[in-house]
Amino acid sequence: MKKSVLIGMTALALVACGKKTPPAEIPPATTEQPANPPGTATDDSVDLVELPAMQADLIAKAGSDTVYFGTDEYSLDAQSQATLAAQARWMMANPSVRASIEGHADERGTREYNLALGERRANAAKEFLIAQGVPAGRLTTISWGKERPVAVGSNEEAWAQNRRAVTVVVR
Amino acid sequence: MKRLAAALFAIAVSTTANAQDDPPPLEVDVVGGIQAPMAIAVPSIPSQSGDLAIGRQIAEVISSDLRATGLFTPLGPTGIASYSYAQASNPVYATWRNAGAAALVSGYVEQDPGGRLTLACYLFDVAAGRELARQGFAVNAGDWRRAAHKCADLVYSRLSGEQPFLDTKVVYVAETGPKNARVKRIAIMDSDGTNHRYLTAGRATVLTPRFSPRGDKLVYMSYQGRRPRVYVMDVATGQERLLVPGTAFTFAPRFSPDGRQIVFSMAAGGNTDIYVVSADGGTPRRLTATPGADTSPSFSPDGNRIVFESDRSGSQQLYVMNYDGSNQRRISFGGGQYASPMWSPRGDLIAFTKIGGGAFRIGVMGPSGSGERLLTNAWQDEGPSWAPNGQFVMFHRTAQGSGNATLYAVSINGGQPRRMPTPVGGSDPSWSPLNN
Repeated sequence: MKKSVLIGMTALALVACGKKTPPAEIPPATTEQPANPPGTATDDSVDLVELPAMQADLIAKAGSDTVYFGTDEYSLDAQSQATLAAQARWMMANPSVRASIEGHADERGTREYNLALGERRANAAKEFLIAQGVPAGRLTTISWGKERPVAVGSNEEAWAQNRRAVTVVVR
Repeated sequence: MKRLAAALFAIAVSTTANAQDDPPPLEVDVVGGIQAPMAIAVPSIPSQSGDLAIGRQIAEVISSDLRATGLFTPLGPTGIASYSYAQASNPVYATWRNAGAAALVSGYVEQDPGGRLTLACYLFDVAAGRELARQGFAVNAGDWRRAAHKCADLVYSRLSGEQPFLDTKVVYVAETGPKNARVKRIAIMDSDGTNHRYLTAGRATVLTPRFSPRGDKLVYMSYQGRRPRVYVMDVATGQERLLVPGTAFTFAPRFSPDGRQIVFSMAAGGNTDIYVVSADGGTPRRLTATPGADTSPSFSPDGNRIVFESDRSGSQQLYVMNYDGSNQRRISFGGGQYASPMWSPRGDLIAFTKIGGGAFRIGVMGPSGSGERLLTNAWQDEGPSWAPNGQFVMFHRTAQGSGNATLYAVSINGGQPRRMPTPVGGSDPSWSPLNN
């Protein structure tokens, strides 16, 4: 008696579990716009490979591979511009390498916003290098958002070190 | 919530009617808007075969699930007597009244030689002495936890009036290592923390995994090749595919409710905009074109609208637009900044991260921006993800200093956030749809 009831219940349960409301339809697109052009690196190879010896040389000759930013800002101050000008001279003296400008944010922004902010910082540095004469095709940008802090504290000093754009020499 | 109160009320009324049985008093306490949890007996479940272990394990899962909802104080299976196989559908109510229970979950387990397990699940109103719900769940014996979750969902759903949500999974970013060299892997688990496994190896940093509406795919961002881009992964096979070919920086992806499209951000030239593309690939279609950072898009459940954040006004705020990018309008006006919105699967609320006073908190508001409520209070709570029934939000909480991140879930009706059990640190949770 109970068993037949249970079998009926089981069948019902399976039907109930399998039943799903139909997914909502997305109306068809009414406008077609081309995507933004992808990154400006022209090399066909997609993966970026670091060159540690060249990186050390950049730091030695240009003074630093890093520039810093104010909170939630992406403008370059005079010191950053001087550092980038020296980096540009090094890039033009070493025409065989490319650079990936990597933008970073401190931990006080949300994750996805900080990815956008890191890209703004990387782009600001890249545009300055281009203005100094580095061919755009040798430069690319990426953003690490707040995922790669160099200073681990939760204080003003650490945050200031983490709001940065780093010129990474790549093949 | 409303129906839980109604059920409690019904029980309370019948309690009065049966006063000579001296049932325990039932009180519908409302403390700070929170319903006092209902005492519910979850004894060990008898097996047709006499196997005691499986019925006890199933009862433990049901008990744990019900406790996690915040609506129940489960009694048992530890410290409470079981019942006979024959009493599974015919309880001795006085026993459970005397145990202090307002409700009883009972049942029995049958296992056949072919490896199938059937759990019969019954819910009784102990005070009124009547059955409230029954259902049978047949699973492969190895999936007995699924049957237990389904039973707990039946109980939760019947007594709360809400849709089930316990038989679900969670995908998240598992975090290990020091703050300045953190390893991030995608991990998947049942929403009670069991059946945990890693989906990526950790060589490339990964962020923001999100389920497809059927739960069979993930969309996420990975730094493989030192290029941050959005990928789609098949959960069963682990196969992954780049969403937008080329080197464009793509991030913040989410599926549309029908699973056919993916909305995401693409940044170039210092500008981030929102795009949508077929989940199978193709040419992205641009939806926003302001100079600001437009990111964190999330579809409404009917697919007609998208909520997102933008700093076009000078600070991060929430906006809603139509699916084609038209009619973009700001909805957040509460002071402070707003980020990472996600539209509830029920459509009635938008969860978000509110930034203010040096802290991040999780909150909800209506799709027009009305009725804003904050649900958490810590240094950094961010990245809300909805349970499929729209009653709970999972997020990650980051500790000041260490930067260690932990997953929590909180009811939209209030109460303390509940820490999700993960073997390592966790961020960016995504709650799956209800398992099939």
